[in-house]
Amino acid sequence: MTTQGPGPIAVAKTMEGLTAPRGAAGRRRRGSLVWWLVFLAGVLYFFVPLYATLLFSLRAQPAFAAYSNVLNDAQFAGSLLYSAIIAVLTIITSIAIIVPTAYWVRLRLPRLRPIVEFVTLLPFVIPPVILVFGLIRTYSGDPFPLTYSDLGSDALLVSAYVVLSFPYMYRAVDSGLRAIDVRTLTEAAQSMGAGWFTILWRVIFPNLRVSLLSGAFLTFAIVIGEFTIATFLARPAFGPYLSLLGQNKAYEPAAVSLISFGLTWIAMGMIQLIGRAAPGRVQVGGAR
Amino acid sequence: MTFLELTGVQKQFGETYAVRDFNLSAERGEFVSFLGPSGCGKTTTLRMIAGFEQPTAGTITVNGEDITYRPPNRRNVGMVFQSYALFPNMTVAGNIGFGMKVRKRPSNEIKKRVGELLELINLPDRGDRYPYQLSGGQQQRVALARALAIEPQVLLLDEPLSALDAKIRVALRKEIRSIQRQLGITTVYVTHDQEEALSLSDRVVVMSEGRIEQIGPPPDIYNFPATPFVASFVGTLNLLAAQIVDGPGGRLTLDGQEIRSAKPVATGTRNVTVALRPESVELGEAGGSNRLTGQVEDVSFLGSIVRTRVRLGEGATVSLDTFNDPGLAAATIGETVTVSFPPEAALVLAGQASTEDAIEQAIAEK
Repeated sequence: MTTQGPGPIAVAKTMEGLTAPRGAAGRRRRGSLVWWLVFLAGVLYFFVPLYATLLFSLRAQPAFAAYSNVLNDAQFAGSLLYSAIIAVLTIITSIAIIVPTAYWVRLRLPRLRPIVEFVTLLPFVIPPVILVFGLIRTYSGDPFPLTYSDLGSDALLVSAYVVLSFPYMYRAVDSGLRAIDVRTLTEAAQSMGAGWFTILWRVIFPNLRVSLLSGAFLTFAIVIGEFTIATFLARPAFGPYLSLLGQNKAYEPAAVSLISFGLTWIAMGMIQLIGRAAPGRVQVGGAR
Repeated sequence: MTFLELTGVQKQFGETYAVRDFNLSAERGEFVSFLGPSGCGKTTTLRMIAGFEQPTAGTITVNGEDITYRPPNRRNVGMVFQSYALFPNMTVAGNIGFGMKVRKRPSNEIKKRVGELLELINLPDRGDRYPYQLSGGQQQRVALARALAIEPQVLLLDEPLSALDAKIRVALRKEIRSIQRQLGITTVYVTHDQEEALSLSDRVVVMSEGRIEQIGPPPDIYNFPATPFVASFVGTLNLLAAQIVDGPGGRLTLDGQEIRSAKPVATGTRNVTVALRPESVELGEAGGSNRLTGQVEDVSFLGSIVRTRVRLGEGATVSLDTFNDPGLAAATIGETVTVSFPPEAALVLAGQASTEDAIEQAIAEK
């Protein structure tokens, strides 16, 4: 509650101020003060829990014991690596499905766009537990007995995550395609003799680099933290490890939260850096 | 010998015809323009030559080979787009060399050809720039070089200058024409700008509502329009409301100022319309015995021609063309001027006539 306190009070005060105006300059100053207070409230809302988590994680004795315990736990590294590999496979599969689909919808089937958008949003509506039950029921027997082997279960896990990644990946790719003149670039490449594969690989993909990166990092973040599907498929993923840790230890879950938070921030920073360096961020066509 | 031939080409989108019965034979090295308002089917026809659209009926041949249903990437047709369509992820050299790379030419050959083309478009030191680092005119020159790099049999240009400002437009169109002459490449140019079409082309195809209205060399199109549409679309007509004062004597008042027509005016109504070609009206009093005064509303420099629009007292406007003379200052906006024209230039039409009526009567009187 402390973090949200200043906001409403400040707003109420300004409302009073606005009813009795005392010159434009004064109003402007008060206006910007309100925005600063709102900003401050946001910052507090965001950082206070993090700070509290940090303090809590540091209570373990000796100092940083929670962190060293976590980092020395073979299961931590193992599950994180497993989830990271699954995430990379998910990203590759998702891009391979989404990019040609979104490209084709934009180029040739614009009328299908609302339907495709709806379908890609389904993972928001259908809970993962339904998805995983469906998968287990379908693939636990002939003709696709996938759940009986580790590799089969991994494949199911990746497939389920690909579905979960659809809303993020499709949106990222679609907005990336919107920023370039897909049709004209395609036609230009065609007139120079390029076939569909060349167009996708040499023209469309490179121009979607930034969008693909943001879609990929979001997917990465989802896969790293996902719990339900990994648990039901009994895979040694990071999400179930995190939950197990939370049930058995006091300070370590806080440390893990902060570590994964840090990793996420590094990922976001990378998006920014790579996005800034990309030569593709330019308008296509139009007078300059 | 015919190089590019379109025979009975037709394109239907559902119930509507975008192009009907299009027939054209272009010689090797010829520069042909498709001219018409938007929606007349000129771009659709161009896209059918490029292979981006398939005709509903008819055939397209290049050098005797039927390419009607051949996919665009196997036609060897170069295309320049209105929006340049340079690949933003590639440098200028990468863009120009793209077609050759797709054709798996050796890299030293690509490098050599890219260098030659950069010289040709006067951007020899810009090979390592990205498209966004170039101006619009430069980007379009790169797009032209890129289309030429594959040594296409036919070069197609789809309103390539529309996105550029006027000065660059005039300079670049000369450049396009000189490069085209130099390489002797058969070219189809789509535009809605009559001046562009008339100044560039060996032949102009005027189109309206999916049909060809007239095909001919630019002077024929301008001087001998075959249909009312061509006459109204190519060139400008001034249409001015006037009242008859003395019909048999050919005396009228226009904007409260008296003018005369060469022939007696015999219409049932008192209100008439006077049609005037801009080139038959002169600034000053030397143009003829009919004189009108008004204020200069707009002056547009069209290269060799200066078009001045004069607003008469009661709101009517007269456009007139004069040759650009560096020794003479053009009229300034807001200045009060007199314009003049001979009685023969005034074509009097009954009532509130439209441009098409005026043209039909003009053709009938010829």
